[in-house]
Amino acid sequence: MTTQAAAQPATPQQAGGGTGLDPAVRLDLYETMVLSRTYEEAILREYHADKGPGFDIGKGLIPGEMHLSAGQEPVAAGVCAHLTTDDAVTATHRPHHFAVAHGVDLRRMTAEIFGREDGLGRGRGGHMHLFDPDTHFSCSGIIAEGYPPALGQAFAFHRQGTDRIAVAVTGEGAANQGAFHESLNLAARWSLPVVFVVEDNDWGISVPRTASTSVASNADRAAAYGIPGERIEGNDVEGVYDAARRAVARARAGEGPSLIEVHTLRLWGHFEGDAQGYRLDLEDAPSHDPIPRYETRLREAGVLDDETVTRIRSAASERTEDAIAFAKNSPVPDPASATSYVFA
Amino acid sequence: MTITETPTTPTPHSRRLTTSKAIVEAIAFEMERDPSVFYLGEDVGSYGGIFGSTGGLLDRFGKDRVIDTPISETAFIGLGIGAAVEGMRPIVELMFADFMGVCLDQIYNHMAKIHFESGGNVKVPMVLTMAAGGGYSDGAQHSQCLWGTFAHLPGMKVVVPSSPADAKGLMTAAIRDDNPVVYLFHKGVMGLPWMAKNPRSNDAVPDGDYETPIGKANVVRSGSDVTVVTISLSVHHALDVAERLADDGIDVEVLDLRSLVPLDREAILASVAKTGRLVVVDEDYLSFGMSGEVVATIAEHDPTLLKRPAERVAVPDVPIPYAHALEYAVLPRQDRIEAAVRRVVAG
Ligand SMILES: Cc1ncc(C[n+]2csc(CCOP(=O)(O)OP(=O)(O)O)c2C)c(N)n1
Repeated sequence: MTTQAAAQPATPQQAGGGTGLDPAVRLDLYETMVLSRTYEEAILREYHADKGPGFDIGKGLIPGEMHLSAGQEPVAAGVCAHLTTDDAVTATHRPHHFAVAHGVDLRRMTAEIFGREDGLGRGRGGHMHLFDPDTHFSCSGIIAEGYPPALGQAFAFHRQGTDRIAVAVTGEGAANQGAFHESLNLAARWSLPVVFVVEDNDWGISVPRTASTSVASNADRAAAYGIPGERIEGNDVEGVYDAARRAVARARAGEGPSLIEVHTLRLWGHFEGDAQGYRLDLEDAPSHDPIPRYETRLREAGVLDDETVTRIRSAASERTEDAIAFAKNSPVPDPASATSYVFA
Repeated sequence: MTITETPTTPTPHSRRLTTSKAIVEAIAFEMERDPSVFYLGEDVGSYGGIFGSTGGLLDRFGKDRVIDTPISETAFIGLGIGAAVEGMRPIVELMFADFMGVCLDQIYNHMAKIHFESGGNVKVPMVLTMAAGGGYSDGAQHSQCLWGTFAHLPGMKVVVPSSPADAKGLMTAAIRDDNPVVYLFHKGVMGLPWMAKNPRSNDAVPDGDYETPIGKANVVRSGSDVTVVTISLSVHHALDVAERLADDGIDVEVLDLRSLVPLDREAILASVAKTGRLVVVDEDYLSFGMSGEVVATIAEHDPTLLKRPAERVAVPDVPIPYAHALEYAVLPRQDRIEAAVRRVVAG
């Protein structure tokens, strides 16, 4: 799993998949994943509610492209568990699970996705362009281009004398982009407090990792820049949690960046409307869904019971439906203001 | 660069194709004819291109000639340049024009300058295709046209078809051209199954070998009162407006530029000389772009051609907003075009 020794090696117990984790932490991880999934299921419902007849991408309460992160929740939950909202997270075009896990206000995020005035970007940004200064959250629709600004946030945090860090996320497809490599080098050379996270869901739209990437693991690429790199197999939230703990501690201690690659799962299409005719691994994908799997594991460990599951699920639904209602009740931006906010 | 008098409208017996199918037909024809033609880009293989620009090509020509790339635009566009320099004829797809930023150096410092820097001794016969345009709430990083940016940078031809027939003819010409050609297709003219249907995006397309010369504008609707100079999806909007205004006795001429580089200035001048009134419609940003260039053409040649000041309808120098109401407020759609035409004919 570990291709290069991390600065703080895992204890045998931790390396064993986090079985020694505090039950409260385990419940938190589960809860975050459930909230993210519940939220995205609701977005999915609203997105498709009014796209017809047929499928017109520009129609409906939520128009435009929609990239959902279902299946990748372990990555966000495991990483963000170590962050506070003082730390920065730069997500990708598939940002919701990280936004949820990092504590971005659900109401304002949803209003943005609905293109409403109360949204994070007053309806200007949309689902790929969520900017929340309160939690230092951002994302970008241009592949790998969220990495360089994350360096700058880390640079600022360091110069400001804090132990705050920046987390930069890409997909495995994006790790073939120049910005990825330039960022790793610069962060390593300047010892910036950054954690690079690669979500390897095996696919860059229709192109499999095996066809696009020269190495089996992007953790190997970290070695080329002299920083620790770990690959976590199994889409295991506790494995992510452990690796992230080490990487975050290293960054906070001023020891520089690390890279974590998580082998995860794109449960649904690249974007909504993607028929995935190219995809050969779909048949058994749902059985790899990390949420029911973790649930089973926690039940077996006696951390979860029916009652807790019900409570967590209904709380997630409540928060989600509240956010959706908030978004729907928020006004549509006034067309007369369409040219606002170009300059400060 | 001469005014197009040659009729390029397809013969009546032609079949109807969507613009994306017409593009694929041109590429397939050229790949059949010339083994040095190949296609390179993200999701162009089994997916068939996110905007349908390569549907079926992989099955027909195999993965040595229809090649999925990593998300590494600098590398694979540069690769296209190198292959072109050595005598191949690559067609390289950058999925969205908006992504030019990550690979612009290869485009404007290499692809576009090698011929010049070599004193004409090295040719770069490649086509760089990409999708442009908004109108479906894809936000500020996925809805830009940016053709004015390419056109501003010397050394590459810039082609932007509006109809299926032109899309085929211009693609054929682009592949055969010994220069780098940037070929932008607006998503709204492709006839995509998952977008609002534009009735003119499924139209007659000539069979077989069909070439439309690059640099010749097309009078898609002849009129006497006012000239609307435009390109791409805005041609369709302008035609809608022209049809509507015909009922009010306003006779609109619609000039489809088809390419920004070369720019058919003579066609612009001829049309404005006839109508005396000009509206330029551009889905790209207003300032420092196509609309300014067209107006400057008149101003430099003979400002007295205009009976009224020209009007420009473009994106008012704001990134494309996500929310539908905001996006429609900044795009040059029928309402804004009609208002501009009415203003210039009123005087
Ligand atoms: C520079 C750039 N090139 C291409 C794209 C189009 N695109 C969007 S997502 C994507 C695939 C990304 O794959 P990956 O990084 O693995 O992330 P995933 O979608 O799997 O989460 C591509 C090619 C883009 N947005 N930006």
